[in-house]
Amino acid sequence: MILVNGNTRLVVQGITGREATFHSKRCIEYGTNVVAGVTPGKGGIRWEEKVPVFNTVEQAVKETAANASVIFVPAAFASDAIMEAADAGIEVVVCITEFIPALEEVKWHYHLRGKKTTVIGPNCPGIISPPAKCKVGIMPGYIHKPGNVGVISRSGTLTYEVVTQLTEQDLGQSTCVGLGGDPLPGSSFVDLLKLFQADPNTKAVVLIGEIGGTHEQEAADFIKSKMTKPVIAFIAGSTAPPGRRMGHAGAIITGTAGTASEKVKALSEAGATIVLNPAEVGLTTKRVIQGEQKRQLI
Amino acid sequence: MKIHEYQAKQLLAQYGVPIPKGGVARTPKEARKIAEQIGGRVVIKAQIHGGGRGKAGGVKTAEILREVEEIAGSLLGTRLVTHQTGPEGLPVNVVLVEEAVEVERELYLSVLIDTSENVPLVIASEAGGMEIEEVAAKSPERILKQYVDPATGLLPYQSRNLAYGMNLAPEYIRPVTQTMASMYELFMEKDCSLVEINPLVATTNGRLLGLDAKVNFDDNGIPRHPEVAQLRDTSQEHPLEVEAANLGVNYVKLDGNIGCMVNGAGLAMTTMDIVKQMGGEPANFLDVGGGASEDQATGALKILLSDPKVKAAWVNIFGGILRCDLVARAIIRAVKEKGLEVPFIVRMNGTNLEEGVQLLKESGLDIVFEPNLTEAANKAIAAARTRRNLDTC
Repeated sequence: MILVNGNTRLVVQGITGREATFHSKRCIEYGTNVVAGVTPGKGGIRWEEKVPVFNTVEQAVKETAANASVIFVPAAFASDAIMEAADAGIEVVVCITEFIPALEEVKWHYHLRGKKTTVIGPNCPGIISPPAKCKVGIMPGYIHKPGNVGVISRSGTLTYEVVTQLTEQDLGQSTCVGLGGDPLPGSSFVDLLKLFQADPNTKAVVLIGEIGGTHEQEAADFIKSKMTKPVIAFIAGSTAPPGRRMGHAGAIITGTAGTASEKVKALSEAGATIVLNPAEVGLTTKRVIQGEQKRQLI
Repeated sequence: MKIHEYQAKQLLAQYGVPIPKGGVARTPKEARKIAEQIGGRVVIKAQIHGGGRGKAGGVKTAEILREVEEIAGSLLGTRLVTHQTGPEGLPVNVVLVEEAVEVERELYLSVLIDTSENVPLVIASEAGGMEIEEVAAKSPERILKQYVDPATGLLPYQSRNLAYGMNLAPEYIRPVTQTMASMYELFMEKDCSLVEINPLVATTNGRLLGLDAKVNFDDNGIPRHPEVAQLRDTSQEHPLEVEAANLGVNYVKLDGNIGCMVNGAGLAMTTMDIVKQMGGEPANFLDVGGGASEDQATGALKILLSDPKVKAAWVNIFGGILRCDLVARAIIRAVKEKGLEVPFIVRMNGTNLEEGVQLLKESGLDIVFEPNLTEAANKAIAAARTRRNLDTC
């Protein structure tokens, strides 16, 4: 497991909102330890008569020893919320909010330089570690199953699709992380591959990339030189036309590096097992794991 | 969001970048009037949201006034097809009429966000006039980069480093560094995703001018710039894309005949990919979003079914927040309101799947439910060929 586990003490930023309330309940049902909520101006109340609400993240951390946060605040306030969480000493910040302007993202990236906080997202489904019954995000919990496969992805529903395939093949997951569809995600494939490589409970990693940017190529470099665990990769968007934004702000082919074929090529050369048919991610992962072979570093 | 060249130049001019004398015309007469004011040779440039206009005949020089009207008349009201527009081209409703200048050197400048360093980046090159990617491939040493600390902004010395690196004559150093500063200011103030001047020209009589420019905006920043939203020209977008944008869903028109509606951008792209891999052609990218309402899903389906090229419809939903029963209700509503002229395949999984399937069955509509991803793709492709459903639910 990586990032979130049985020791995770979650604070929900914007907990009194409609979406945050809905998803906080689902997280608690799944087993997540939600210790606090933050909504400026509503400090002192108890959310759903249970969880204490604070005006600031700093107070929440002081009173409840929260060590992870999930952000549901509107786009105009999300960048501030990320920086607030980081400055309060939160270790893992998951930002669900979408439509944050890129220049706002530049701001918090800059502010967080040199700090220990890991940001997942924005515009992401979050993190789930089934073995610890810990869900910090909006993914449907029931499709997951405890196990040893790590999943990293830039998208939401496509990840659910892949997780379902894994579970159907009786392949449980150690942790599944959605990095989000924005061009400036808080964490990259490389950041997560490092954690999975070091995690004793993860045997193999499924990487789900898409067109746009060069994060998959950077992942390929890392896989080539540092990964001993098998990596199974699928890249979405091989039929996307260049110059058109495919829903995600980050999914736009601007140069040749952003195309699916370039990403597939880089990952394949790095020794990852490429899945071309998206319906076969589960099956391919099973075959790779059954092969039980440790990859040689190239 | 994209805007026209003339709008980009007006913005740049507001920020102090020198641009050629000129104006925009919607009729040949207006074009002539502008040319009269300029005097001498003029260039007439078709205004569309697509590159490659020069090679496609969208940029022409007029030596005399009579030619101005002729050329403007031959461009206005037509659709210009370039390598970037697709075979249908884009409508030319406006032409830009500008003074023709004698070019001595062509330079390149742009500002964008570097997605590896997560900071703004200024790119400069002495090899302007070409696509910057071409330069990057052929002679990468002629491309200069300066990452910008977002707290301090672009520093004067950084601009000078770039300008001196471009091998400019001494008298151009100041105007070029000033142009960089102006571009950076525009980029930051208006939430741009790209500010590019290509070429930035030095003329034979010693002027520095932004001869062609491109300014794109970060869609996520537009809500805080109402003045930017007004620059949008919906005539340059497919009418169905405009409708989808107003509805709040992501729709991109493509050339195939299998209409797909999906929730989530990644799964929507994957659905297109699988159609193509199995020998079909997707008619569109359509992401209704993770948390679509019934109205949005219904509206999105109606848009999909409005495309006359669509010969089969495929709904591929992984219910998370978006529940399968909501999607089923949306399908039934859309089909009842719009009529069903093409085969319709539904593949759903996830939250409230049983309720969704039950609703589809009870509707009595000629809709195929297929839970398997590959099989659903197969059925959609076969249905587009034969124009009938292989079986119904």
